[in-house]
Amino acid sequence: MSHDNAPPPLRPAPDYAGADRDFARDAAARAALFARLGAALPEGSLMVEAEDLRPYECDGLSAYRQVPMAVALPADEAQVAAVLAICHELEVPVVARGAGTGLSGGALPHAHGVVLSLARMKQILSMDATSRTAVVQPGVRNLAISEAAASLGLYYAPDPSSQIACTIGGNVAENSGGVHCLKYGLTVHNVLKVRGVTISGEVVEFGSAALDAPGYDLLALMIGSEGMLAVVTEVTVRLTPKPQLAQVVMASFDDVNKAGDAVAAIIAAGIIPAGLEMMDKPATLAVEPFVNAGYDLEAEAILLCESDGTPEEVAEEIARVKTVLDRCGARAMAVSRSEEERLKFWAGRKAAFPAVGRISPDYYCMDGTIPRKRLAEMLTAIAALSQKYGLRCANVFHAGDGNLHPLIMFDANEPGELERAEAFGAEILEKSVEFGGSITGEHGVGAEKINQMCVQFNRDERDFFFAVKRAFDKRGLLNPGKAIPTLHRCAEYGRMRVSFGQMPFPDLPRF
Amino acid sequence: MPPTDPIPDTTMAITATPATPSAPPSAAYDAILEGFAARIRQAAEAGTPLRIEGGGSKNFYGGPLHGEVLSTAAYRGVIAYEPTELVITARAGTPLAEIETVLAERQQMLAFEPPRFSPTSTIGGVVAAGLSGPRRLQAGAVRDFVLGTRIIDGQGRILTFGGQVMKNVAGYDVSRVMAGSLGTLGLIAEVSLKVLPVPVAEATLRFACDPAEGIVRVNRWGGQPLPISATAWHGGALWVRLSGAEAAVAAARAVLGGEAVDDGAGRALWQALRDQTHAFFASADAAGTPLWRLSVPSTAQPLDLPGETLVEWGGALRWLAADLPADKVRTTVLAAGGHATLYRAGDEAKVRAGGAFQPLSPAMAALNRNLKREFDPKGVFGPGRLYPDF
Ligand SMILES: Cc1cc2nc3c(=O)[nH]c(=O)nc-3n(C[C@H](O)[C@H](O)[C@H](O)COP(=O)(O)OP(=O)(O)OC[C@H]3O[C@@H](n4cnc5c(N)ncnc54)[C@H](O)[C@@H]3O)c2cc1C
Repeated sequence: MSHDNAPPPLRPAPDYAGADRDFARDAAARAALFARLGAALPEGSLMVEAEDLRPYECDGLSAYRQVPMAVALPADEAQVAAVLAICHELEVPVVARGAGTGLSGGALPHAHGVVLSLARMKQILSMDATSRTAVVQPGVRNLAISEAAASLGLYYAPDPSSQIACTIGGNVAENSGGVHCLKYGLTVHNVLKVRGVTISGEVVEFGSAALDAPGYDLLALMIGSEGMLAVVTEVTVRLTPKPQLAQVVMASFDDVNKAGDAVAAIIAAGIIPAGLEMMDKPATLAVEPFVNAGYDLEAEAILLCESDGTPEEVAEEIARVKTVLDRCGARAMAVSRSEEERLKFWAGRKAAFPAVGRISPDYYCMDGTIPRKRLAEMLTAIAALSQKYGLRCANVFHAGDGNLHPLIMFDANEPGELERAEAFGAEILEKSVEFGGSITGEHGVGAEKINQMCVQFNRDERDFFFAVKRAFDKRGLLNPGKAIPTLHRCAEYGRMRVSFGQMPFPDLPRF
Repeated sequence: MPPTDPIPDTTMAITATPATPSAPPSAAYDAILEGFAARIRQAAEAGTPLRIEGGGSKNFYGGPLHGEVLSTAAYRGVIAYEPTELVITARAGTPLAEIETVLAERQQMLAFEPPRFSPTSTIGGVVAAGLSGPRRLQAGAVRDFVLGTRIIDGQGRILTFGGQVMKNVAGYDVSRVMAGSLGTLGLIAEVSLKVLPVPVAEATLRFACDPAEGIVRVNRWGGQPLPISATAWHGGALWVRLSGAEAAVAAARAVLGGEAVDDGAGRALWQALRDQTHAFFASADAAGTPLWRLSVPSTAQPLDLPGETLVEWGGALRWLAADLPADKVRTTVLAAGGHATLYRAGDEAKVRAGGAFQPLSPAMAALNRNLKREFDPKGVFGPGRLYPDF
């Protein structure tokens, strides 16, 4: 959420539903727990001192902070299992952690819990060109897989913008996507098998090296489960052959409605582009001085549409895309003429977050999905909310998937701005639900969107999520308090929402 | 749009298509759904199992069938279809054939190519059976296309998960778990599926080779950026289907070589494989030979099991028609890293005795059992259909 050195806005961690033993007050119980964990791990793999714990107090959503009781850094699956078995027996909450790039506070620690960092398990165990699969440990970085596969002419398709840093374990937990997922799928479509350890310390395998597995599709449940069902210790990913060629068309529009219609028209023409992204004017204005991608600064919106495949296939598809864009009223179009130029066109989109970070002390990244046809309506609604809350907002959009990332700009040092940014974000998410979409497309619910879960799901559905959780973790020890709100929590949020019309900031200054 | 435009206009949405001319209005559908829920609650109270049935076309598949039939046939019709959103939402009892017709009008398709066992097959049955056809190799399985569902659980609660959008990670992915659950977790009332455009061009190639060579070739090609959408090895020949842009198919033909198969014959072949009417299936059926579905890593060597074989999905799906002890089949396949399903047994009693599906490890069996208990605490839905003990 925040960036560089802005002083952290300190916020209380949200309420937790899980078991809470007060290890903070019971020094003897704490010492006993540390002794057992220490014995299960190699020297230097358990941290309990405040200064060592501090770096783990938040993930990419730095507005939410909580120092854990301890951090464990297992080196292998047996150590993961040992830590979990001890925590299970003593009823200690456990929060798994990859690289901590999550944007919804999924890896936010529990005050009386253990953070289980998978950072030391970062080996690529095998890579097989013939079966086009790689077996990797959970702490392996997303991009490291593609780098290792490059010499085989293969890559791992899901490419979150955070791919230099984020881990495959985190990707599995969030079902992460990237700019190429319309054609190549999300994490769930690119993972064959996940080995994990349940809270009781038992090793289980979800999926298989074959294309399906007997029994219920628990792999589908594991993916996107935000570290709440089991801890991932090994992932078998599917690798994709690198296309011979990729080219991108950059088109600019003087009206966001036209750009939105162009997205629909491309799909209607039977084209599934490798990537289809949109940026609005505030976003291009923010990124252009940063990357010099050559974006049309007069345009209300620009579209980036990528084609990949054989040179013949790409030429054919690009020609069709250009016809559609032209018919939809694009005011200018450019096709990348080299790999260098293609990367330049993408550079602005990929650098949107840091670029916005340069023009605003802080920003808050939202992650709603909507049916594509509601895009223009959504952008209009966001513009009105921007007025209402007196905060600027730039929009980058995985247009092909209907996944919107509004970047709300604020200054955490100005009293009340963070709260306004949050209220602004909450309204965007609730609009997404109203438009037939979802409160999260790829960043997860975590600690952040727990209130909006009350809006998207009714009481029976939320109860059902708890039932699923119970099937894996009866005591509710894995990442307690995240992703699914309690009845109590929703009741409170309901009371607050009743007054949304007048509240929460009736006296806001307006631009 | 000018009438001469080569690009089809599929921007118009079809909504609330009535299933039949006499289809009831939406309030009547709500009543049907409430009726299902009430029936499930009664069954839970009385402790009598129910057996959810769409068209009944996959009755042959899975363990024994217990309980009174709860037919979804009345709850039918496409609720929404938006070609530009690439999503179709339909009631469970909608015939698969009806969905395919609606999609074909807009040059779109269910890319997982579910088998069409009979004109009565329903979309709910398709999702619950979790079976995918030849294109699974390239496009993915049923579960990969399920975006959202409305279900009724074992307590008769009507619940909605997922949605009509491509990406949605709010809460656990309950919708995908329904795929392949064979009616044992809950009743699928409605389902939203991602659809894809029909490929512009397709071509079929044939190569004479033995199975080992066929498996090596398809895996090698799989590592290259070729538009291969299906493969099949049977009786001394390997068939390969290419799908995509004209230029891509033409370029791939030049790379692969082989013998070009006439378009009509190619289409008939893939359709017969998809619907399991191919001679391989027909002769096993006629002879009453048990049919095994073996799911293995694509690179697994030909398995040391005597019998007729058909290899699909780039080597990852091996059909075996053979009367062999179940134990022998299962241990051989397990050693190859896969699992075996007794897809159809000439002699019903025989399948049922050993169970149709590969036994689970104790830890996985426990998780499956726990999940079943949470979805269906009273064991209303198809007890024993998936595994004898739940
Ligand atoms: C600049 C920036 C750009 C981003 N762009 C994208 C994007 O394009 N697309 C996208 O989808 N996301 C994006 N993200 C979000 C984030 O990178 C992803 O959610 C990523 O998958 C998190 O991985 P991580 O290793 O950092 O996980 P963490 O943040 O450490 O953890 C995330 C969640 O996963 C759980 N977890 C982690 N490891 C395990 C494990 N081994 N077993 C079980 N649970 C585990 C944690 O408990 C937590 O709930 C972006 C983030 C940033 C900061």
